[in-house]
Amino acid sequence: MNPSLPFFVLATLSVFSALMVVLSRKPVHSVLYLIFCFFTIGGHYLLLNAQFLFAVHIIVYAGAIMVLFLFTLMFINMNKELEPHKTNLLKGAATVAAGCLLLVMVGVTKGAETLAANSNRADVGTVANLGKALYGQYLLPFELISILLLAAMVGAVLLGKKSVE
Amino acid sequence: MNSILQYIPLNYYVALAAILFAIGVMGVLFRRNAIIIFMCIELMLNAVNMLLTAFSTFHGDESGQVMVFFIMAVAAAEVAVGLAILVMIYNNIRTVDIDELNKLKG
Repeated sequence: MNPSLPFFVLATLSVFSALMVVLSRKPVHSVLYLIFCFFTIGGHYLLLNAQFLFAVHIIVYAGAIMVLFLFTLMFINMNKELEPHKTNLLKGAATVAAGCLLLVMVGVTKGAETLAANSNRADVGTVANLGKALYGQYLLPFELISILLLAAMVGAVLLGKKSVE
Repeated sequence: MNSILQYIPLNYYVALAAILFAIGVMGVLFRRNAIIIFMCIELMLNAVNMLLTAFSTFHGDESGQVMVFFIMAVAAAEVAVGLAILVMIYNNIRTVDIDELNKLKG
């Protein structure tokens, strides 16, 4: 078997599901395609030997964030039979603009020369290695993140409340 | 070392991340439902995360993956606040169509 086959299969699935997120008519289908897209990106993490990030990605994105999206969608688009869409002219303009951006980004990296991979450390993505980095060199940002999450939680609760007297 | 990077040049990951990012940008310009726009922003964040992980593995340096972890935490906070704002907007004006949100237009 060609060893690069998993990459191409996953890449095709990622691009396809990302396109379907944008192009699906129903918002719920978009959410489901986005969950699938996140799983394929998790597959890329596994291919890159980043097991810790794979686990965090699945738990945080596919588990928490997408459930939040589905929940909000159920709140908001409960009984809306048809959701508004832009005119075809604007859709064409959006596609052309994004295509131009893609062209620029690919064009910029086209002439870049590829370095050889640093092959003496294959285990950077393991839980043990990242744990040492998180609780050693990056201890302060790691603790600050918890304050940020607390602030976000308080803010979300405050915004979600009906009306503050 | 049996990493995928022995078989896949780093350029392919750059191209894939660029494609996913461009699809996210296209979605932001393409749709009117604010929730879908939010999801496309998440898509862009994920494209960048994947590229950062690819570079980190490529260089054998764990700092990049730590940054990806921080980006994920910030994204979680951002989604919680953003969706709360969307629910509040919906409670006030009964729509999340961004073309209706033009109160600040001069």
